[in-house]
Amino acid sequence: MAPLVFLLGLLMAGVVHAGEATTSRVSQPVIEAARGGACVADPAFMRRNHMTLLKHQRDDTLRGGMRTGAYSLKTCIDCHASKTTNSVAASDTNFCQSCHTYAAVKLDCFECHSNKPQVKP
Amino acid sequence: MTPDPSPPSKDAGDTKSGRRGFMAFAAAGIAGILIAPGVRLIEVAQAASATGTLSPGASSKVRWGMLIDSTKCVSGCNDCVTACNTENGLSGGTKTTDSQWIRKIEIKEVRTGKTQSLPMMCQHCAEPPCVDVCPTGASFKRADGIVLVDKHTCIGCRYCMMACPYKARSFVHSPQTDQKPDVPRGMGTVEACTMCVHKVDKGEMPACVTACSKAGHEAILFGDLNNPDSEISKRIASYPSRQIRENLNLDTGVRYLGI
Repeated sequence: MAPLVFLLGLLMAGVVHAGEATTSRVSQPVIEAARGGACVADPAFMRRNHMTLLKHQRDDTLRGGMRTGAYSLKTCIDCHASKTTNSVAASDTNFCQSCHTYAAVKLDCFECHSNKPQVKP
Repeated sequence: MTPDPSPPSKDAGDTKSGRRGFMAFAAAGIAGILIAPGVRLIEVAQAASATGTLSPGASSKVRWGMLIDSTKCVSGCNDCVTACNTENGLSGGTKTTDSQWIRKIEIKEVRTGKTQSLPMMCQHCAEPPCVDVCPTGASFKRADGIVLVDKHTCIGCRYCMMACPYKARSFVHSPQTDQKPDVPRGMGTVEACTMCVHKVDKGEMPACVTACSKAGHEAILFGDLNNPDSEISKRIASYPSRQIRENLNLDTGVRYLGI
């Protein structure tokens, strides 16, 4: 009987453990469903390197006038804009804002850039 | 077998393995940086061949310019200004703190009293004083002659505004919302006429030129000053055009007829 109780105790500990993992002090970023489909690169790669890609391309675009690159902020927004706010940074659950809040990194892009997709005429 | 006090989450696990294989990760990163530009060049080449129109970016073979015929410009008509405001998301206000990329001015011959109307904006100089004075390199001239502000590096010191003899530049004083996706604008940076660079790169005309034609005045002609066969070059070659403040030798990209 004693080993059974011990085993039960272990199981319960496992349940409690799992409960703790999901209710961390820092809430996980909530990412709303957007347009979907494949990103221009692997999501894990994009999470770490999107800022470098954007920085390279912004110089090509602004200073070089090359507007055909694959990593433009406008195309990011076209895909990732929330279906409810039509934006990537208007509310805390929008794509860019949710992750930046989680990572505590200030999001400067949208002080100048539009955070909404271009309205097709 | 007690529960781990700080259970590693999924993301933390990724970070840990990333740290463990740091050298491999760094090597992959370097490879990525080396490969990325090559990949992009190939993509551009493919895109160009697919659409049939080459888009390699701004080229020094062309120099974009405008010829403004002030004899056709109608006093009181503001269509170019309105079109510019709509295209670039400007408020349209005319206070000293409002951005004005293009404005209509009236000039008067003192002796005869003859008045003329003309639009005034960034003259897209070949030797731009705003570029000379910029301490961060934010004010720059593109290979095709369009003078722009790189707002990523602009610190808002406004030296360029003081250097410009045409009062063409504006400073953004208040936080901006609802900018146009093609025209980023932000508080604390200087801005001016971009010759609608986002449209020019697509092969379209600047908004003011289209608006002027639509109003039936055809007072603004846009084209390549470097191409002797372009309409603008032909007209400059056959009629006496002027640069405003010619004495400064700035070689402006915007020329005027009839002043």
